[in-house]
Amino acid sequence: MAQSNKPIVWGPFAAGGTLTAFLTPALILLTLLAGLGHVPELLAYEALRAFASHGLVKLGLGVVIFLSLWSAAHRLRITCYDLGVRADTLVATLVYAVAIAGTLAAAVYLLRLPAA
Amino acid sequence: MSERRVELDVLRYNPETDRTPHFQRYSVTCREEWVVLDALNHVKETVDPTLAYRWSCHMAVCGSCGMMINGEPKLACKSFLRDYPGVIRVEPLAHFPVERDLVTVIDDFIAKLTRVKPYLIPKEAKPIEAGEYRQTPAQLKRYKQFTLCINCMLCYAACPEYGMIPKFMGPAAISLAHRWNQDSRDGGRAERQEEIAATEGVWECSFTGACSEVCPEHVDPAAALQRVKIKSTIDWYLAHTMPWLNK
Repeated sequence: MAQSNKPIVWGPFAAGGTLTAFLTPALILLTLLAGLGHVPELLAYEALRAFASHGLVKLGLGVVIFLSLWSAAHRLRITCYDLGVRADTLVATLVYAVAIAGTLAAAVYLLRLPAA
Repeated sequence: MSERRVELDVLRYNPETDRTPHFQRYSVTCREEWVVLDALNHVKETVDPTLAYRWSCHMAVCGSCGMMINGEPKLACKSFLRDYPGVIRVEPLAHFPVERDLVTVIDDFIAKLTRVKPYLIPKEAKPIEAGEYRQTPAQLKRYKQFTLCINCMLCYAACPEYGMIPKFMGPAAISLAHRWNQDSRDGGRAERQEEIAATEGVWECSFTGACSEVCPEHVDPAAALQRVKIKSTIDWYLAHTMPWLNK
């Protein structure tokens, strides 16, 4: 039998799932802290903006954002199927398109940051 | 020793006389420490010799007595009556055609098991005089857990994907393929990947984990399938991004 091409969508899904499992709790904690007015010096807006201006950091952020969005999109696709929405091709096209659009938007914003 | 009146609702089906399966109620006196298989044997010996079901070892080794007990895939020899207070509903394993009463047609599973070549395909053949294939404890540990499968098919009865997509290779067959792929003496991975890296192979699995929940030998087939997915994904990306690696 032919080798399946499913790894194209599953690879970034698995990578994104692993990544967000570690990142999401940290992000929630930091957001809550920021919301309560306790922003550590290191994570202040100016510091983070300067950090994100570096080319390699931009690339890293882009990859992290793409994998997280893709993972969520794939999860949503499977959930739709489990809930009985069997128009899989349509759902897949929609959710993956949103993930790619989100990645492109992030890329645009990252590229607009002045280089350090 | 205490005794209890046990009521069993058993699915009966005789293809020669019945148009559809139906439940039959049996009421027998059982000992409190018996398992469901003992109760079925007692029914067959004292009430109804026509009741058909598979069993052999009575000790969770042979994998023959898998059936649905109160809707869950279980080994009848491992299901204690004391854990089932009311009427006990006994049906043949879900997702398999019924041959007669609790006996299912398992040809589909056997065919899939055969396709994954669940036996040693030596990396290099060597004559018997050259001695045994040696293995370190660490190499044994990599696959030992997956050798514990007894082919009882409870994981197939529990798997919603197999219920929906009968072509899916299913948990036990893929776990056993993984077991041999992980074996340091084995060189047959490429042959097995032909079957398990296909769409009907591991990729129909959506990781619900039901297989691992019902497995009576704690093989954890869901973990095996996840590992097969990761390895097949690495294969795919290597083959498509570094074509010079393909031989």
